[in-house]
Amino acid sequence: MTSKTPSMPSRRALLKGAAATAGAAAGSGLITGFPTIWAQNIKNVTLRQFGTGVSNLNAVAEKVKQDLGFTLQMTALDSDAVAQRAVTQPKSYDIADIEYWICKKVFPTGVMQPMDVKKIKNFDKIVPIFINGKLTPESKIAQGTAPHTVGFVEGKDSKKFAKAPTQWMTLIPTIYNADTLGIRPDLVGREISSWKDIMDPAFKGKTSILNIPSIGIMDAAMICEAMGVVKYGDKGNMTKAEIDQTLKVMTDAKKAGQFRAFWKSFDESVNLMASGEVVIQSMWSPAVAAVRSKGIACIYQPLKEGYRAWGGGLGIAKHLSGLELAAAYEYINWYLSGWVGAYLNRQGYYSAVLDTAKEFMSPNEWGYWMEGKPATADILSPEGKVMEKVGAVRDGGSFSARMGAVACWNSVMDEDRYMVSKWNEFIAA
Amino acid sequence: MLGIPMTTTVTTEAADEAPPARGLGIPTAWRPYLQVAPLTAVFVLFLVIPILTIVIVSFWDYDSVQVIPDFVLTNYQELLGSPVTWKIYLNTVKFTVLVWALTLLIGFIVAYFLAFHVQSVVWQTALFLVCTIPFWTSNIIRMISWIPFLGRNGLINQTLINLGIVDHPLEFLLFSDFSVVLAFVHLYTLFMVVPIFNSMMRIDRSLIEAARDAGASGWQILTNVIVPLSKSGIAIGSIFIVTLVMGDFITVRLMSGGQSASVGLMIANQISLLQYPAAAANAVVLLVIVLLMVAAMLRIVDIRKEL
Repeated sequence: MTSKTPSMPSRRALLKGAAATAGAAAGSGLITGFPTIWAQNIKNVTLRQFGTGVSNLNAVAEKVKQDLGFTLQMTALDSDAVAQRAVTQPKSYDIADIEYWICKKVFPTGVMQPMDVKKIKNFDKIVPIFINGKLTPESKIAQGTAPHTVGFVEGKDSKKFAKAPTQWMTLIPTIYNADTLGIRPDLVGREISSWKDIMDPAFKGKTSILNIPSIGIMDAAMICEAMGVVKYGDKGNMTKAEIDQTLKVMTDAKKAGQFRAFWKSFDESVNLMASGEVVIQSMWSPAVAAVRSKGIACIYQPLKEGYRAWGGGLGIAKHLSGLELAAAYEYINWYLSGWVGAYLNRQGYYSAVLDTAKEFMSPNEWGYWMEGKPATADILSPEGKVMEKVGAVRDGGSFSARMGAVACWNSVMDEDRYMVSKWNEFIAA
Repeated sequence: MLGIPMTTTVTTEAADEAPPARGLGIPTAWRPYLQVAPLTAVFVLFLVIPILTIVIVSFWDYDSVQVIPDFVLTNYQELLGSPVTWKIYLNTVKFTVLVWALTLLIGFIVAYFLAFHVQSVVWQTALFLVCTIPFWTSNIIRMISWIPFLGRNGLINQTLINLGIVDHPLEFLLFSDFSVVLAFVHLYTLFMVVPIFNSMMRIDRSLIEAARDAGASGWQILTNVIVPLSKSGIAIGSIFIVTLVMGDFITVRLMSGGQSASVGLMIANQISLLQYPAAAANAVVLLVIVLLMVAAMLRIVDIRKEL
């Protein structure tokens, strides 16, 4: 970095950038005495972010450069690889964009630092699921690694998760969603209303579940519970006996030829569905959109047992300090300030601070994506492609209908190692 | 290994004849060692040290997020004590044997055709290059291309249904052992063709004429002259196939749709779950088994002598 001669920015661009950063910084209460130097230096800052593909969007990096002036480098990996890299190469990233269940594994290893919520401008507006686990004061807390259980630590240097909200947050929530089964309405030939429908003999050889153990086991548990063959104390933290019973059911079904394939990556799930290899399978929301964009009917079917939810957030690496740390806070505050939120909501995900995102969405978009209302005009993807026509209603309905029906969160169990070895047996069986 | 004595003689002679100034004052006895030093350094750095590291890590302990330096045998105990391991190893060997037999058959026929039926050297070269064309693309792409071809609504099934040969799509074509073996054979046959073709081209044509003059039938020439003289090529090709298939993970995963397992896939799963010591133990066991298989092949065919 130092050996490079910085190109001289034009005076106007410099002033514009400095004004923007200074303005944003003033708003977030971050300035600690060196605003002028900082405003110029921050352009040389490069933050390296890595995480799962869902939120590592180039559009975000471009907008950061434009709005904040510094460079954001993004690397997308699958969830297992993310957990691995977060722990084993802590110096290789500045900002980790990880899921909450990964956080449960990663944070106790001491490679990250908690964030001071006093420096997070929109902290009070974050959806309460991430603060106390309840969407509304009456909601029931879902099973699994619910984000609020790993959302705070006890102090600045603590690695221990706090039981109640504190000043120190592990991840600033950015993106989350409620997952269910995707179906091909033209090929299933009947109403699908329950997780157990995936085991219907009529769909023999035409179903699939995902082969990421920590997520697949939750789908398997939703299925077994719906079938009434296994009773769980907590699906998100199963006992050895519960794991055995669940995977016994799945192994028997596999041997009987119920599954066509097990997918591991997003595109595999899209291809399986689009090609008609499977008619009902575990799916992620944008995969459903991708199948539909090919002109093939695909529904993200709400099921009576509820959704399996997941959520991710941004965390700061332990080694970050000084100007880079300030830039990281700056970035996180910007993330919650609305533009990204609207971008994510338009992709069918949910953003952590809804009020700010709303300002960046049209009433039609807000109605369709968040309120479950029929679209009053064509719904466009963030890239400007038509996703839904006038009159379409989102599968599963409004934000509160979907996020209010979460049965469990993606999780890491105490019997993690046992579960993984059993899962491998299931795949090898 | 073979090269060392030869190099020694050459350099000694050269040193004797060269003017003293070019010796740089290095004693003659040291020179061969200095000459092999760069290659040795490369091997030590990129082969010996990594393998030693894997062996060492295979004795370490681990939990869900980190590896703990230690000396424990649990990784090997868990690996060798689990019936799943044995099943997966057996499955991998099954793939290897099937792929080896098929690539040998196809590879031998292709090489035989190129070496003995195509008379002009120009055509031999041209056809040989044609064999390599698929290698201009990535093998992942070559593998994935089979998926739309073999699928339930793929080209083969549609054709068969339109021709009235079958009334239901054939499901075994994709995401099955069949598709895994098919992809392997497609990907790796060339590794068999090249060495066999090479050793066939070295066969002295007068030997075949002599056999024919002595009254041997075409089949007898093949089994008594050509096959024995192609043994080194067959052995080299077999080593390629066995090591490639035993260590594969992506072909098995993609073509079986995650329904089948191989040792490579098991190692990849363990790595992705941060179980490095378990993966290392698995890698050591796999390495030993593959080395034993290669050693067995080298016992049957003395490659060095045949070359």
